[in-house]
Amino acid sequence: MMSDEGIKGFIAHNRRKTLFIAALIAMTVLASFLALGFNTEVAMGDLLRIVFDRDNPSNDYIDETLVWGLGIPRILSALLAGIALGVAGAVMQCVLRNPLGSPYTLGISNAAAFGASIGIVVLGGGLIAGQSTASVVIDNPIIVTVSAFAWAMIATGIIIVLVKITKVSPETMVLAGVALSSIFSAGISLLQYMYNEYALSTIVFWQFGDMGKASMEQLYLIAAVTLVACVYFLYHRLDYNALDVGDDVASSLGINVNGLRIASLILASMLTAIVVSFMGIIAFIGLLGPHIVRRFLGNDHRHVLVGSMIMGALILVVSDCIGQNIADFTLPVGIVTSFLGGPLFLYLLVRGYRRRNASVASFLRRKTGGSE
Amino acid sequence: MKVLEIEDVCFSYDSREILKKVSFDTENNTIVSILGPNGVGKTTLLKCICNLHKPSSGSIRIDGEDVSSMSPKELARKVAYVPQKTNATHTTVFDSVLIGRRPHVDWSMSENDMEIAWSVMESLGLQDMSLSYVDEISGGEFQKVQIARAITQEPSLLILDEPSNNLDIANQHITMRMVHHVVKEHGICTVMTMHDINLATYYSDRYLFMKNGEVVAYGGNEVITPETIRRVYGIEVDVIDHDGQPIVIPKRNQPQYDNLVGAGVGGHNHHRPHHHHHDHEH
Repeated sequence: MMSDEGIKGFIAHNRRKTLFIAALIAMTVLASFLALGFNTEVAMGDLLRIVFDRDNPSNDYIDETLVWGLGIPRILSALLAGIALGVAGAVMQCVLRNPLGSPYTLGISNAAAFGASIGIVVLGGGLIAGQSTASVVIDNPIIVTVSAFAWAMIATGIIIVLVKITKVSPETMVLAGVALSSIFSAGISLLQYMYNEYALSTIVFWQFGDMGKASMEQLYLIAAVTLVACVYFLYHRLDYNALDVGDDVASSLGINVNGLRIASLILASMLTAIVVSFMGIIAFIGLLGPHIVRRFLGNDHRHVLVGSMIMGALILVVSDCIGQNIADFTLPVGIVTSFLGGPLFLYLLVRGYRRRNASVASFLRRKTGGSE
Repeated sequence: MKVLEIEDVCFSYDSREILKKVSFDTENNTIVSILGPNGVGKTTLLKCICNLHKPSSGSIRIDGEDVSSMSPKELARKVAYVPQKTNATHTTVFDSVLIGRRPHVDWSMSENDMEIAWSVMESLGLQDMSLSYVDEISGGEFQKVQIARAITQEPSLLILDEPSNNLDIANQHITMRMVHHVVKEHGICTVMTMHDINLATYYSDRYLFMKNGEVVAYGGNEVITPETIRRVYGIEVDVIDHDGQPIVIPKRNQPQYDNLVGAGVGGHNHHRPHHHHHDHEH
């Protein structure tokens, strides 16, 4: 094979992976509009006009308020949270050298839930207004959110200090995360046991991931943090590839392995903390998103990082739409992702990557003008 | 041209001395094999050269510059390292080789980087599997990918830790022949550890024999003698000449084997599985 031909083949191979990601983006945009239509029950024609031509006098006022006041923030929440949790999962799996790495591996979500519980019952941030959970209102969401975020960062800090002092291996970090998770969930149980039933149901309700919780201002904040983290992750995409080969190889390629690992853990934990604090716990996105993408595109982080962001967003938008429309009442998305994600994950594991979707795999593997 | 100069390097781990005043130097276009029993500090020495371990005293210079004063990136442009164990993840051969350009690029790989990677893949015979995934190829092929990645780094010094480990005899020679070819083609200075002395004599210009963290002998074919082997490995051997290349053959009668058998070690080994079983059952 000539040198030109070989390099062209490689470039074409990568282009097909980029095309896969482009198709994923198109699907996500489509899903977002469909979900917006389902959620707001506005007809697609009117919906598109309201979204793209807000000042058009023929827009129905109620529809417009519904779409811009509730529908769009909800979709944006799902997209943002999906991007954040998806990319955080992909990065965690690499730096912890563990396919089970996810935004929650280090105990971040339990720490946030514990923080929220403290905010609700100890700091007086929450009370139940009505009798049914459908009307649960948290009196002072800021205290609860800040407390959740603070505790999530405390958990991150404990892990980092452990790493710094004892120079533990990534494998040990995962175990430390298990220990931290258990401590914080014991803390939550203790608070639930000590306080009254109202506190208990508020805590439980807070933990359900829900896309309707965050306001537009809060979304800007989440978007800013996500942007910073994503820029850092993407800048280091080649370093993550080197880290996959081994710490010694990465070091010998001039990469500051410890610095990269710690900075990545902090940023991924911050992403998780901020999403959980504002929206509650959303399971499985950080595992499912990256793993689906890895099955199709391989472990090259040039594709895995962006692919995990988009896949996470797509899964979350679809799951939230299902939760909103499947029954007479609405289901929190956290429950939907667990129900959908669990079986889907099992299916992926059982099928194994050697028997990937034949058509997509052969499409991705085909060489330009040549045979396999 | 001197590429690597090591002077009085000592290294301790947990107050245990692993390297004791190791000194040697070597130049470009030369392959040095480090030989010695397990646990004498061969890998530790390699890691010191790559600055993955910091020596407690002594100096290591590459192209005349002290390793400890170089930035990680500067060092990475001079030294490439293939450890004994690396992970095979689900990435293509081309991508795995191309990552060797990391020290030379800031944001993304250029066409020039791809051309360098491609020409190395060609000289190692990897071009037909460039789009295969490294977790789906054979052990010998994977080892070649790792070596290709290191040569793509365009180093002046190539460090290989047991490059023929876990390969069958055919693959050992195929891999080492290609390493030899590529290294000579690029004039790279190579330092590698080896278990198999006879494999080393096929493909090395010089030998560094180590025992207990110390250098026992350093030189060309003339240091491969029954005396050196006895001092380093504690066994009796014949060294025969095979087309001008020394071949080391252990003698059938080893006085120390007799000692071992005499002390009952052989018999003990024989009965050990039985004892083990016994413990479990009762």
